[in-house]
Amino acid sequence: MTTNAVLQLSLALGLLLACVKPLGWHMAQVYSGQAPFFERFFGPFERWLYRAAGLGKCLEMSWRQYAFAVISLSLLSFVAVYALQRVQGWLPLNPAGLPAVSPDSSFNTAVSFTTNTNWQGYGGEATMSDLTQMLALTVQNFVSAAAGMAVLVALIRGFTRSTTNTIGNFWVDVVRGTLYILLPLSTVLAVALVSQGVVQSFSAPHQVTLLEPAVGVDGNLENTQSIAVGPVASQVAIKQLGTNGGGYFNANSAHPLENPTPLSNLLQLLAILLIPAALCHTFGEMVGDRRQGWALLAAMSVVFVPLLVLVVVAEQQGNPVLQNLGVGLAASDVQSGGNMEGKETRFGIVNSSLWAVATTAASNGSVNSMHDSYTPLGGLVPMWLMQLGEVIFGGVGSGLYGLLIFAIVTVFLSGLMVGRTPEYLGKKIGAFEMKMAALAILAPCAMVLLGAAIAVVSPAGTASIFNPGPHGFSEVLYAFSSASNNNGSAFAGLGANTPFYNGMLALTMLVGRFWVMLPVLAIAGSLAAKKTVPAGAGTLPTHTPLFVGLLVAVVVVVGALSFLPALALGPIVEHLSLPKSS
Amino acid sequence: MLHQLRAATVMFAALTVLTGVVYPLFISVVAQVAFPRQANGSLIQVDQRTVGSELIGQSFTKPEYFWGRLSATGPVPYNAAASGGSNFGPLHPDLKQAAETRIAALQTGGLRTKGIPVDLVTASGSGLDPHISPAAAEAQVARVVAARRMSEDTVRKLVRDHTEGRQLGILGEPRVNVLRLNLALDQHSRQ
Repeated sequence: MTTNAVLQLSLALGLLLACVKPLGWHMAQVYSGQAPFFERFFGPFERWLYRAAGLGKCLEMSWRQYAFAVISLSLLSFVAVYALQRVQGWLPLNPAGLPAVSPDSSFNTAVSFTTNTNWQGYGGEATMSDLTQMLALTVQNFVSAAAGMAVLVALIRGFTRSTTNTIGNFWVDVVRGTLYILLPLSTVLAVALVSQGVVQSFSAPHQVTLLEPAVGVDGNLENTQSIAVGPVASQVAIKQLGTNGGGYFNANSAHPLENPTPLSNLLQLLAILLIPAALCHTFGEMVGDRRQGWALLAAMSVVFVPLLVLVVVAEQQGNPVLQNLGVGLAASDVQSGGNMEGKETRFGIVNSSLWAVATTAASNGSVNSMHDSYTPLGGLVPMWLMQLGEVIFGGVGSGLYGLLIFAIVTVFLSGLMVGRTPEYLGKKIGAFEMKMAALAILAPCAMVLLGAAIAVVSPAGTASIFNPGPHGFSEVLYAFSSASNNNGSAFAGLGANTPFYNGMLALTMLVGRFWVMLPVLAIAGSLAAKKTVPAGAGTLPTHTPLFVGLLVAVVVVVGALSFLPALALGPIVEHLSLPKSS
Repeated sequence: MLHQLRAATVMFAALTVLTGVVYPLFISVVAQVAFPRQANGSLIQVDQRTVGSELIGQSFTKPEYFWGRLSATGPVPYNAAASGGSNFGPLHPDLKQAAETRIAALQTGGLRTKGIPVDLVTASGSGLDPHISPAAAEAQVARVVAARRMSEDTVRKLVRDHTEGRQLGILGEPRVNVLRLNLALDQHSRQ
């Protein structure tokens, strides 16, 4: 790697680390019912909202009530997003005059955005009106993120409370998360992005006379360029902060009007990892032992950094096919070199690779380069990061509750080794917790493998494959890895806007969201009902490097055992079949 | 149960208005007041005519213009109403063919450098990349000089003027804005 590469990567990760403590502390305050600065402005609105919703004085829920509230919000969201797409043709704020979206695509998108996946089978600027983008999609970017964070906080309360059957109030957690965390951060980020050139306008596409007519595939000459704009900055800010990832434009954050400069790129990249990283500290604050939070953040980083280096090196190496044509791939002060297919000049190899790793480690799924065009090893890493269950940073809330599930499995395994009852943060882990943890880990794994298997043996599944050979299989495997783990990025050559993929992927997204979320809430309820026992001589400390190592081993072993055979058929075969560079 | 449904409905409606209407409108007002040029697409006006956006590339194939990245948008390259990349995997036969076609075109115009800059033979992710690397610009200077009968020094100076370094000295990659450079060439030729 060049010196500048090391500098850029260290700068990004250093800035991220610097934000973890203050933001983590703030979020702990918000969810503990204290945020005096923001409450001065929004407190009256918050209280009015609770009254209007009829929450009454009793603001506590059992885990079943909490789960019912999560599902009712998701269901309402689904209906609204589906309906808005189907009738957008008759509604205002549609300057490009776009018609209704097809039923299967609307269904897929409605599931995708309510599950915080933001898989996009459609191309934004050519499909969704400004109104749909705002009223359906932007809203879900907030709400699905706030719901994920709420469930995490409920799980944390399961650890901190004892002998009670309540884990907080879902509506309070969602409202406070939106008002005091997501909205302020989004507002600042959106304005900063506009200053860099991200558009925020309700105008119709700008018509521009080209300097030189563009020649189409059919030989037709095109004299004008129609530049689509829209309320982009407001949506992009929350798309990154809420680990949503659904772009306004088809090219997502590779589009120059969605991500125009290296600085806008850095801000968006930080926004992808910001809340998932800071929630580790929130966790430490709320359980009253900050070391617990740092241990989880360390575990995430231990997996993240080596994989990041691997992708940068693989992409900088480039494509031997092009090298054999006499193309220069070496990095220098006047070109980034490497594998530039699907990458933007302003981002080059380093920022594209960093983004690819960050967006798949976190379950964000926005892209600033096209993952389908990565080298085999460069594409393997993002795919595997999703397959690990989106616990290396992961989605806002969902990433950390996923990792806590793995932590529960880790203390259980360690308990088996020394023959003691496993405990985590003073709670004995029993058979019920283990069953739920196994369910939460296995359900998404199963959906990835079963879904990909069905797709590659059915004609409707293989018809959408774009690239020949093992890379075509990778496209399918990537799609199901992304949907099952609620990531949303794609090997976008796969023509996924078909009834088959819209239906199959929507199903896997639902399983990936709720078959993790509901077991987590069940664990939260079960833990809250238990007594907190003081740590004894046989208790495994969970803030030590030993525990971090064990936790990483469990995550990696589960991910490797489940997916190495499938990966061998895709990216690994492809890597072995690359030609030698002459 | 009914109680819960009422809570869900009210909350969903309130959050929709807040995050789907108030928030984007507030950002729009701030954006249009504080950064009107950027918020509207960073458009370039020449003689009261909009000739493009400095952030959106255009297709150039004539020898007297600098060429940008390949663009995989359809039906025409650099279609700013339907962005997207080629999605060619590294072994896709069309990836190699697109590169070969581009190399042949570059060589007819008299390609000077040995290692052809990789960004000149690959398509960008958006299909709208407004930039090329300084190496890619350098590789085309001879062709543009010959086609325009301008002095090499003038063309090189224009390239230098339109080269941006890394942002804040560290971020991103050095790059040349192709549309801005070609507009400057045209203006220079008219004088």
